[in-house]
Amino acid sequence: MPKITFIEHDGTQHTVDAEVGKTVMQAAMDNLVPGIDADCGGECSCATCHVMVNADWTGTVGGPNEAEDSMLDLNPERAANSRLSCQMTVSDDLDGLIVDLPEFQF
Amino acid sequence: MSEAPTLDMADFDPQDLALEDIDVSQRSIWIHDKKMAFFERLRDEAPVHYCKDSEYGPYWSVTRYKDIMEIDGNWQDFSSEPAITILEPEEDFPLPMFIAMDPPVHDEQRKTVQGSVAPANLKLMEETIRSRTQRVLDDLPIGEQFDWVDRVSIELTTQMLATLFDFPFEDRRKLTRWSDVATADEESGIVESEEARQAELYECLEYFTRLWHEREEQGERSDLVSMLAQGEATKNMTPQEYLGNLILLIVGGNDTTRNSMTGGVWALNQNPGEYAKLRNNPGVIPNMVSEIIRWQTPLAHMRRIANKDYVLDGQTIKAGDKVIMWYLSGNRDERSIDRPNEFIIDRDKARQHLSFGFGVHRCMGNRLAEMQLRILWEEVQKRFHMVEVIGEPKLVPSNFVHGYTEMQVVLHPH
Repeated sequence: MPKITFIEHDGTQHTVDAEVGKTVMQAAMDNLVPGIDADCGGECSCATCHVMVNADWTGTVGGPNEAEDSMLDLNPERAANSRLSCQMTVSDDLDGLIVDLPEFQF
Repeated sequence: MSEAPTLDMADFDPQDLALEDIDVSQRSIWIHDKKMAFFERLRDEAPVHYCKDSEYGPYWSVTRYKDIMEIDGNWQDFSSEPAITILEPEEDFPLPMFIAMDPPVHDEQRKTVQGSVAPANLKLMEETIRSRTQRVLDDLPIGEQFDWVDRVSIELTTQMLATLFDFPFEDRRKLTRWSDVATADEESGIVESEEARQAELYECLEYFTRLWHEREEQGERSDLVSMLAQGEATKNMTPQEYLGNLILLIVGGNDTTRNSMTGGVWALNQNPGEYAKLRNNPGVIPNMVSEIIRWQTPLAHMRRIANKDYVLDGQTIKAGDKVIMWYLSGNRDERSIDRPNEFIIDRDKARQHLSFGFGVHRCMGNRLAEMQLRILWEEVQKRFHMVEVIGEPKLVPSNFVHGYTEMQVVLHPH
């Protein structure tokens, strides 16, 4: 299974095995990674699964889709590499992916 | 209005009415607290339900959790304009506000003020909120009956609002009054007439216009009035638009958290087992806060207008139809929430509730509300074995603000 590393705001790292076809948000929830709330359960409707994609990975992962962009846009702490992890599907291409978690979810 | 005499819903068991005759907007079932049984019937038998005639004209009720999420997340097909409650805006007194606008104007105006209650700013406010909460609680009488709504819920939320606006602190109860007046109508008992209501809201505008003029030249400040007066998307607002947005921020920060502050005490009193859990494990407070917000659902509904014909659960909502998303019902939907009628402070996935709404209009102050409630309960638990409710609280006579006008309590220290 592809491995994904989540780095908390304080530097704590969590490397988890992620199931292909599930979302990056679900990989975090399934492995009890703290710092992701996912209040809407993966519907791109709350922006509480915000992650920042590591610079080496932004090209592979790509940018947000339209609905995701409008949700991210409400967050004053949005960065250029911000994504909602419920909108990122795990694939073998993402093996080794690193994402940073924000200090606070929106 | 139809010519037939209107049935008073409160006189009936919901099972005894024809589905087509049900009108969940009727004030009587809110005053007599009978609405939950009506919502249960609609969720089971007519989750997308058309009421052909009501005090507010015809409207659709959407009562299941997942259906509400579908509509709330879809601003393209369901417009928030020109208002977000079932009540039609007064034609001669429009109150434009960003919650009742669609993107892109909504986004621009919201972004102007969002930063004031964004998490980074909240960290800076935490100590102030805690010391104020401590002061309010330390001033309460012990072993003597008093109104929790007035002394705690209103006081704490009003102090918070005054801080966010940098509003003269000694005048802060004006904010409470304007909040009540803004959501009132002639039958609420809060104002005598629509004219009186508008007159009071003009006083609000006048007061805030003075603050605006003082602040538009004062350089960068982080209060909401300065943000509006200086923001590119808001500095050229009309007075009516300024008033609309003020009311949005006042009601949004006042009527909501206030009623969750009261509702939590009431829920714990009705569930002594849960109160015992809280005493044994104060670490549960953050989770309990989400459960209180779900259980209370301080705003019972939001409304949309369909932009096009839309099929939901086999019903065709026509372009132009009014659609009411009953958050209070969705938060009791057993299809999405386990044992939804029970108050369970250590509930799994307690954050997954509808009270903040979903999509681009999702509550802007959600994290502030959660923080205020968390601090309140942390400080209450340090001081009191029990906040005991005496009798039953009095309900706000409204199908929008789901809350309390009064709740008598007695404090029992440890």
